[in-house]
Amino acid sequence: MKMTLAPIPFFWPKDTVLAFYEEAALWPVERIVIGETICSKRREMRTEDWKDLALRLSKSGKDVALSSLALIESESEYNSIKSLALDGVGLEANDLGAAEIFHQQQHLFSAGHFLNIYNIECLKLLHQDGLRRWTLPVELGKKELEQFSSAINEHKLDIQTELFAHGYLPLALSARCFTARTLDKPKDRCEKICLDYPQGIAVDSQEGQRLFTVNGIQTLSGKLVDLVDKIAELKQLGLDSVRLSPSCFDMTDIIDSYQRAIDGEHVESVCDNYCNGYWHGREGMATELSELAALN
Amino acid sequence: MELVCPAGSLNAFRAAVDNGADAVYIGFKDETNARHFEGLNFNNKAAARALALARERGVKLYIAINTYANFDNFGQWQYSVDQAAELGADAIIAADPAVLSYCSKRHPAQNLHLSVQASATNAGALNFFKRHFNIKRAVLPRVLSMKQVHSLSQSSPVALEVFAFGSLCVMAEGRCYLSSYLCGESPNTVGACSPAKYVQWQKNGAQLESRLNNILIDSYSPEEKAGYPTLCKGRFDSMGARGHSLEQPTSLNTLELIPALAGAGIKALKIEGRQRSPAYVAKVVDVWRQALDNYKRAPEDFAVHSLWRDSLTALSEGTQTTIGAYERAWQ
Repeated sequence: MKMTLAPIPFFWPKDTVLAFYEEAALWPVERIVIGETICSKRREMRTEDWKDLALRLSKSGKDVALSSLALIESESEYNSIKSLALDGVGLEANDLGAAEIFHQQQHLFSAGHFLNIYNIECLKLLHQDGLRRWTLPVELGKKELEQFSSAINEHKLDIQTELFAHGYLPLALSARCFTARTLDKPKDRCEKICLDYPQGIAVDSQEGQRLFTVNGIQTLSGKLVDLVDKIAELKQLGLDSVRLSPSCFDMTDIIDSYQRAIDGEHVESVCDNYCNGYWHGREGMATELSELAALN
Repeated sequence: MELVCPAGSLNAFRAAVDNGADAVYIGFKDETNARHFEGLNFNNKAAARALALARERGVKLYIAINTYANFDNFGQWQYSVDQAAELGADAIIAADPAVLSYCSKRHPAQNLHLSVQASATNAGALNFFKRHFNIKRAVLPRVLSMKQVHSLSQSSPVALEVFAFGSLCVMAEGRCYLSSYLCGESPNTVGACSPAKYVQWQKNGAQLESRLNNILIDSYSPEEKAGYPTLCKGRFDSMGARGHSLEQPTSLNTLELIPALAGAGIKALKIEGRQRSPAYVAKVVDVWRQALDNYKRAPEDFAVHSLWRDSLTALSEGTQTTIGAYERAWQ
């Protein structure tokens, strides 16, 4: 089983992004997906900067893909996806509009964690259009992954499967910018305020229970999902890659925990207050401790 | 522009037809539609009666089969599609490529509309559904500004329908898992958001608390009017302040946009609310019929009557309305 580093969901300064990926080039992740997936106003890194970075990471031996916006609203956002292709670098669609562009351009492509693929019929259809790697919707779990794995084998589909295993769960997208709303600024004059909140803004219930994390137009989960203690099961299911979404600047310990688990060690999550409810077919924010952790 | 109205029961269906709907959309009594609520929707017999009434009055009948099919029960979605096609629905409204694919192969003559749950916001996504399933119309998610709607209407390969009035989803439809994160069931998986079976009301001193799967969504003082705990409309704490972090209880109302939407080439206007009472449907459809007729008679002179506005505001969530994402200020 391999590790995929998913795009950074947050808005970080260009220097921070470049430093992050300089480190990432040294991590034992086989695949790195980069690009802005949340808001087209986040222009610290321009398309050309992402492409330069893609080529550098590719030279350092990583399998690299450029990802695209999850919610495409304006014509300029739509058109920007048409110029994303780059020799030797993969393409990741997060909206069927992007998938359609890649299909028309006759590129094979992958799907990030924003496409609604809930059954094998849909997966087969997208495979015909050039999809070769996909991510299970984050609200599905073990049962559905098993069903997909056996159906993919049965239909002999040449496709790789990824599972969102670590990070803040991408729960919702909106036209509204919640960061701007929280700080009482109009979206059109947001002053790129997301830069000041490199891990989003927490939203708690009136009883102090952590519920959500606001990240521009995106609502993320309040808790981190972390499935590092499920790696043995995931290997058994034949999962191709765990998808790790950057949740902080320094991902070294988290990547290390996954590497050790993939190497066969039983590893407990290094994250505080993590959740794994979706994996167990429950509400996403629920946490079921492994037998070992429950004993401690 | 066609006025497309909701019905969760035969009585609501009659109310829509009697008050001037051009088309009425319904769903079956199961998880195949995105308003899968207790006591709501149509069995085959009720759907047949609705169709007879629609035919008699020259109104179109659309059937929404717009959730995402799962592995265990794909047969249920196929069965619903077969029922709708055999009944003679004027359109099936669907979102899942698997459901659309089944319908276009099994019932090639069946008219297909793309549900808002497919979250198609751009020409590429619309082309995808047109190319694969020959959809004739698409319902746009409530995320585009008026300018973006206008622009998409120019490049769209199919006719467009937009939301005109009703409860406001603040998130892009089909792209929201907040409900399953809190209670395990979402619009995509079971056709429900913030399902009633997870709702609890509790007194805490003078406060009335609304909970969803035991999570506190809001707390009301005696002088406040309590609303259904739709989770994105709760009051939460963020950055040291308490308030409606995501959205307030409010309804979308676009009466004033009728000329702009007509000018943009929009073919149909959708009223949300299959979960609403026949009386609600009657009043809302009546106002919209009058407004559209007025516009048609004299487009240049169109103005929103204060009576229409008051009547719709009184029926709205939190008795307030917004034009939502159509206006940049809301975003």
